[in-house]
Amino acid sequence: MGSPFSGRGVAGMSETPVLRLSNISKRFGDTIANDAVSIDLARGEVLALLGENGAGKTTLMSILFGHYTPDEGTVEVEGRALPPGRPRAAIDAGVGMVHQHFSLAANLTVLENVMTGTQSLWRAKSDTASARRKLAEIADRFGLAVNPDARLGDLSVGEQQRVEILKALYNDARILILDEPTAVLTNAEAERLFSTLREMARQGLSLIFISHKLNEVLAAADRVVVLRGGKVVAERQAEATTKEELAELMVGRQVARPKREAGKAGDVVLEAIGASLVVDGVARLSDLNFQIRAGETLGIIGVSGNGQAQLAHLVSGLSDATAGELRLFGEPIPTGVEALVEAGVGRIPEDRNAEGAIGEMTLWENAILERVRSKRFSKNGFVDRAAARAFAATIIEDFDVRGGAPDRRTRLLSGGNMQKLILGRNLHDQPKLLIAAQPTRGLDEGAIAAVHTRILEARAKGAAVLLISEDLDEVLSLADRIRAIVKGRLSPPLAAEEANAQRLGLMMAGDWNKDSQYGEASHAL
Amino acid sequence: MEILDIFASAGLWAAVLRIATPLIFGTLGALLCERAGVLNLGIEGIMTFGAMVGWLAVFNGADLWTGLLVAAICGALFGLLHAALTVTLGLSQHVTGLGITLFSSSLSYFLFRLIVPVAGTPPTIEPFQPIDIPGLSDLPFVGPALFTQTAPTYLAVLLAVVLGYVLFFTPLGLAVRMTGENPHAAEAQGVNPITVRYGAIMAGSALMGVGGAFLTLSAFNSFFPTMIQGRGWVCIALVVFSSWRPSRALLGALLFALFDAYQLRLQTVVGKAVPYQLFLMVPYIMSIVALVVMARRARVPQALMQAYRRGER
Amino acid sequence: MRFERRPHRPFALVIASPVIAIAAALAISGVLIALAGAPVLEAYYQIAVGSFGSKLAFTETLTRATPLIFTGLAAAVAFRAQVWNIGAEGQFYIGAIAVAAFGAQATAGLPAALAIPLLMFIGAVAGMIVLLVPLGLRLRFGVDEVVTTLLLNFVAVLFVSMLIEGPLKDPLAFGWPQSVPVADNAILPKLIERSRLHIGLAVAVAIAVVVHIVQARTVFGMQSKAAGLNPRAAKFAGVPLASTLIKVACLSGGLAGLAGAVEVMGVKGYVTTDLSPGFGYSGIIVAMLANLHPIGVIAAALFTAAMFVGADGMSRAIGIPSYIADVTVALSLLTMLVALFFTQYRIRK
Repeated sequence: MGSPFSGRGVAGMSETPVLRLSNISKRFGDTIANDAVSIDLARGEVLALLGENGAGKTTLMSILFGHYTPDEGTVEVEGRALPPGRPRAAIDAGVGMVHQHFSLAANLTVLENVMTGTQSLWRAKSDTASARRKLAEIADRFGLAVNPDARLGDLSVGEQQRVEILKALYNDARILILDEPTAVLTNAEAERLFSTLREMARQGLSLIFISHKLNEVLAAADRVVVLRGGKVVAERQAEATTKEELAELMVGRQVARPKREAGKAGDVVLEAIGASLVVDGVARLSDLNFQIRAGETLGIIGVSGNGQAQLAHLVSGLSDATAGELRLFGEPIPTGVEALVEAGVGRIPEDRNAEGAIGEMTLWENAILERVRSKRFSKNGFVDRAAARAFAATIIEDFDVRGGAPDRRTRLLSGGNMQKLILGRNLHDQPKLLIAAQPTRGLDEGAIAAVHTRILEARAKGAAVLLISEDLDEVLSLADRIRAIVKGRLSPPLAAEEANAQRLGLMMAGDWNKDSQYGEASHAL
Repeated sequence: MEILDIFASAGLWAAVLRIATPLIFGTLGALLCERAGVLNLGIEGIMTFGAMVGWLAVFNGADLWTGLLVAAICGALFGLLHAALTVTLGLSQHVTGLGITLFSSSLSYFLFRLIVPVAGTPPTIEPFQPIDIPGLSDLPFVGPALFTQTAPTYLAVLLAVVLGYVLFFTPLGLAVRMTGENPHAAEAQGVNPITVRYGAIMAGSALMGVGGAFLTLSAFNSFFPTMIQGRGWVCIALVVFSSWRPSRALLGALLFALFDAYQLRLQTVVGKAVPYQLFLMVPYIMSIVALVVMARRARVPQALMQAYRRGER
Repeated sequence: MRFERRPHRPFALVIASPVIAIAAALAISGVLIALAGAPVLEAYYQIAVGSFGSKLAFTETLTRATPLIFTGLAAAVAFRAQVWNIGAEGQFYIGAIAVAAFGAQATAGLPAALAIPLLMFIGAVAGMIVLLVPLGLRLRFGVDEVVTTLLLNFVAVLFVSMLIEGPLKDPLAFGWPQSVPVADNAILPKLIERSRLHIGLAVAVAIAVVVHIVQARTVFGMQSKAAGLNPRAAKFAGVPLASTLIKVACLSGGLAGLAGAVEVMGVKGYVTTDLSPGFGYSGIIVAMLANLHPIGVIAAALFTAAMFVGADGMSRAIGIPSYIADVTVALSLLTMLVALFFTQYRIRK
């Protein structure tokens, strides 16, 4: 695992570090987000900050960038302390940040996005001409071409990220922080990003990139700092460590994800026949054909934004196919959420907080909301609160929803426990079909293992499972067959046994027709 | 065809500008607030207060311009209250705005009643007089139609141009627009969205106050309760109609005033055949129609009505 | 200084918040009264006497509270589902004029026991229709209903004005613009003899209880709450959003229309364009003071009504304009918003 950075030679740890974080601590209420964290960054160095969700990476970077004020500790840039809590000071000192959720305005142009805040607010006129020149120069220097007059909302995600980077460089950033930069990129875009980063390091910039993906950390960084529970637990040169070591350091314990065991597929439960979805004149899903049998898991992989959300909504009863049809046990699938749930379909939504549960409602209300009209939970239009509370209590008990009580507000649960509640309400009555969209997004390893165990259990008890996920490891460990979704179309299926990262990468790039090996696999099904 | 003859009278066009003036001030004020991401439903009450306090200042001996200034300052103060509640505390912009309207309008009536004793005929002041612009005002038709206005009317038109320039051609305007689109992005670029929102709301509310004061200091010469008659709500609708652009806000206000001036004259032509209330409904219904037409097309500031709290997404 | 979200809303604080809010509003108004050169405590004493000091005063306060309970409920049920019905004023007038239109002759032959409920229903339906227009525009075109309901208030009053100067004009009113009166069989019986207090109050309280039960215990109550709190999650859980909101709008508009109907049948007997001293707008304040709780609406309406009724006497006694009641009530809305904020957040330095 050698570093791809030729810039390595420039950096020497003997030099004054360009950035020094000393003893940073930050508490939010009772939780300690950062605990005496100290990190140095050398010129021309690429440092990876590795850690799980909730390890304190984002908080630390927000402190560095002045979004938060630390309770203790200092930030020094090139030997000078930064005043805490002032983004402008960080920018002026040469710190630039590329956020995971881009800090951009869709309705403004690229140039406007870049220019905001760079000129004195009391100037009588914006100096657009020189801004345009400077932007063009930087774009040229680092190979980040983008049309300055395009409306930002019209650009692709990869292009938007380029704007986000340009914005930092435009502010003369010498230290660039990238928060989970590949989360929204295609493989090709990620490759392109890495070569840009290399070029920037070669030209003397220093970079910190935050990630929880081991492969890219090892591929792109010179040095890796592992953060866990708000503390720095290890520091390694990239060439002197392994994926396995980093994984253990990051998680802190051996958390074994459950493994899928071969099962026996039964009758066809869900079948799509030419199903298509057109939204506002745009084809989101085109001519989908697939089957899922009882006791079998179909995994759908793909780069974010290729129709996963629409597919999940379609099979979850939130939209109707505009052409073709879905069949459940050979019959046209019932329309509407209620009928679907009654028919034994369990649904785990992509976004827990936005769709899965209502934070301001109690656990018992969330437990039964999708079935409140059924005879089991209501009579003559009145909610049977005793039955609902009892049901919620069972879920809390059986699915180990920690910190849960039927009358508590759901917002008080952690992400993992909220997901357990959602799993519980869907799995408690053994569904015949389970739709799981990004079921472990944003969860820590412990919760992921719990969710995986439940999904495998449901399959073992005979449920057909449709797993839609951007996490390849997850799909590889849970699915029997895998298809990729690309621009709303599905690839032929690949048996899990034949899958490897390279083939899945090709599938996600939409190259399934060129790979002859697929042909055989798809004939088999 | 008397109904069409109305358009040929210079008086109609003079009335259009006069009727449009408070709407231009109000719409520009609301537009500025919304460009920074804050809906200001306090507008109806702030205009009422501006009308009252501007008049009261002049009634007590201040000159007319001081009256306008007092109205602007009071407007800005109500804006400060709105900002404290919706920006600092992040309260519901809908409910807070209505609360500001109810508070400022009832406070207007209270103060007016307190200071001006009840009388048979309401006391009056000497309002702004039309300005003669040498050359232009003497032109046939165009002169009496467009150049017989009082100073605040010219100021309103000028203001639309200035606000358009500031929003789209200066760093300050860009900062305001960025704050209304994505306050987190503004913050990340070193622009403090909270300061920007306070500033925009206070400046916008000052304009609303001036819009109200125009009614008592130029269009009429006395104050009476409920004289704003929903003009503030019309302005809110005009902001949507304008797609948050000052030039179109000016156009919208003029168009709206044209209908209003026309229906006033049409009433006298049509006489009693049609109930006058139907004519009076026209402005409100027009506003609703404008909202319906523009609802799906308008490019709404993305952060409108979203509270911004540092560090919270 | 920053605000930090509390993990729990302290129940005691939630209960206390309207009291704190009202106290704060009274304090601020007290400053205004003092600045006007009047004795503050005397002024408040006069308001208390004017609203609760005698049987007559008390019945007047209750009479005034009756429409406020209805309009407060109208706002509360709508806001809970995030339907921003600011049009209760207009719905009130349309409900009132509908009762005048039908109650003058069409139902005159019926026994009172039939005519009264029927007319109440007519008033409610009329109010519903007025709110369904802006809600339809929201569902169909995405138009924010705040502005449309506000604008429709003006249209509604003009419409009423047109009718009472036209087809529904009372020929015996010496040219005053007022509607024909409802027939005697439509006049609500009095609750207390020799007062203006009518059975509308009992109806209002009963409906508040019913609304509370519907919200707290029924499927519709749960679904409308979900639709208000998080429409996306509600949709995912199969809550039919459009039809839920339509039902909410029918309830809200109906209650506001009923307010107008009851006011005509119980107090005035006919419709003028000053039938409502802003009952619709005050209803919003009542609802907020009650923290949208239907039973709380009764108490909040009582406070609001007492302020208005008491202020008249206070004004006569010490010469402070009675508008001070409007100021105080409006202020209490703002202070209530702040108080509610601090039930959810606390200050951290």
